Amino acid sequence: MNKIATKTVSPILVIVALLLIWEASSRLLDVPAWLLPAPTVIVQEGVAGWVNYQHHLLSTIRLSLIGFAIGVTVGLVVAISLHLLPTVKQAFYPLLILSQNIPIIVLAPLLVIWFGFGVMPKLIVITLVCFFPIAVSTLDGFRQTSYELMHYMQMAGASKRQIFTKLELPHALPSFFSGLKIAATYSVMGAVISEWLGANQGIGVYMTLAQSSFRTDRVFVAIFFIMVLCMIFFGIIIALEKLLIKGRVKEEKV
Amino acid sequence: MSELVVEQVTKSFGDEQVLADVSFSVKHGEFVSLLGPSGSGKSTLFHLIGGMYRPDAGTFYLDGNDITGERGAISYTPQSPALFPWRTILENVVLGAEIQGKPDYKKARAMLEKAGLAGYEDAYPHQLSGGMRQRVAFVRALLSPQDFICLDEPFSALDEFTRLEMQKWLLNIWEENRQSILFVTHNIEEALYLSDRVIVLSNKPAAIKKEFTLPFERPRDQELLLSEEFLQWKKAIYKELQVVNHA
Ligand SMILES: Nc1ncnc2c1ncn2[C@@H]1O[C@H](COP(=O)(O)OP(=O)(O)OP(=O)(O)O)[C@@H](O)[C@H]1O
Ligand SMILES: [Mg+2]
Repeated sequence: MNKIATKTVSPILVIVALLLIWEASSRLLDVPAWLLPAPTVIVQEGVAGWVNYQHHLLSTIRLSLIGFAIGVTVGLVVAISLHLLPTVKQAFYPLLILSQNIPIIVLAPLLVIWFGFGVMPKLIVITLVCFFPIAVSTLDGFRQTSYELMHYMQMAGASKRQIFTKLELPHALPSFFSGLKIAATYSVMGAVISEWLGANQGIGVYMTLAQSSFRTDRVFVAIFFIMVLCMIFFGIIIALEKLLIKGRVKEEKV
Repeated sequence: MSELVVEQVTKSFGDEQVLADVSFSVKHGEFVSLLGPSGSGKSTLFHLIGGMYRPDAGTFYLDGNDITGERGAISYTPQSPALFPWRTILENVVLGAEIQGKPDYKKARAMLEKAGLAGYEDAYPHQLSGGMRQRVAFVRALLSPQDFICLDEPFSALDEFTRLEMQKWLLNIWEENRQSILFVTHNIEEALYLSDRVIVLSNKPAAIKKEFTLPFERPRDQELLLSEEFLQWKKAIYKELQVVNHA
């Protein structure tokens, strides 16, 4: 109990201390608001401007959720097909890595040329950043399937399909979840970046507008909500993980 | 009915010959132990029976049918319990049956209770002690639809107390079902206490050195371990193994 208390209390204390220093220094040193607004100013704007930006927020949430769903599906399909078809894996794995070597910022203008300013290029961007961590970590999970359990399944006369559904898939579940956690934060990031490309609403748009009018407080409000969104996504996935992954506390020793 | 016949099985890995012309049989309802030094090829023999790979020469017959290279013909428990960490104990013990068709949960519960695992049906393997896990693996083998059971040193990782408990328990369960068992061990007492017959393997390559048919009556209890007759047998087999090691 005591341990849990210190575990949650100490980071909060650090954050509060940092905020206090920030607040005090911007007041005492008279830092102009366009350069670095004080936390209280940001909070005021966050509360007062809610009606102005809430539709941006909703739009980004919707975009990242849809992109995330597509990214997860693509990632899983890629992982499973590459795992089940080793020759295809050999041929395509380098391409998979290569797809991540192209910075999204560079790819984005191309996507706009090809698909315009609609929702399509945005979803492609999010999918591109989301599918990779899922595909790679799930593939890793498949690859690390316990040799002993595999041996048992084979001796028991299990078919390829049974080995996949009863052993490899459940075995890769924790790895899939580590991929999901990364993809969840990437999806919000991908959504904001894709909104910078050109959109009529979204946190990315709100941020660009705030930046061009030197409303630094609004930039901070946007940053705050991006962080909150990432944390909520992350939290949902951790809750799902706790619910779905069973009996793995001392997995290595079993 | 289940009778295993091993006929002139030979196996090499590369240049290293592991099994040399091994022949023996396990009759219906018989408990036979294979006794041999570590690395002599006991597990390899099981893998061959289970069809993991083919022998270089020789044949396995189960009830007269050639099962060489065929997987899933026998029920098998590996050297480590190999339980599935994400399955509950109940889900683990029905796995063998599940692979072959339909699992019988009622029978599984009854068997778990007999194994002293009542109340652990919904626990996960990591919550059990080593001895309990070994029992779970054995219950899984018993519940598998194959009649012939191969056990690869199921008790070698346990301490002396637990090991004795487990041996007693295994005999109890076995007396009720009398399925044919081929049991691998490198513990002489264990082989003597449990088996109808003990087959001693020589080292590198493994060949059948000697076969002992034991006269001890069943049901057996642990008094047997201290009897004069038991010690005589132990000496005889020990001598045989000494010869093996110095050959
Ligand atoms: N797949 C394999 N490839 C190459 N060599 C192997 C393979 N499997 C077993 N061997 C070799 O065969 C020999 C016998 O191994 P095996 O596991 O059958 O011994 P064992 O009698 O079961 O020993 P232990 O009592 O320690 O379990 C060893 O020398 C091992 O190196
Ligand atoms: Mg072995």
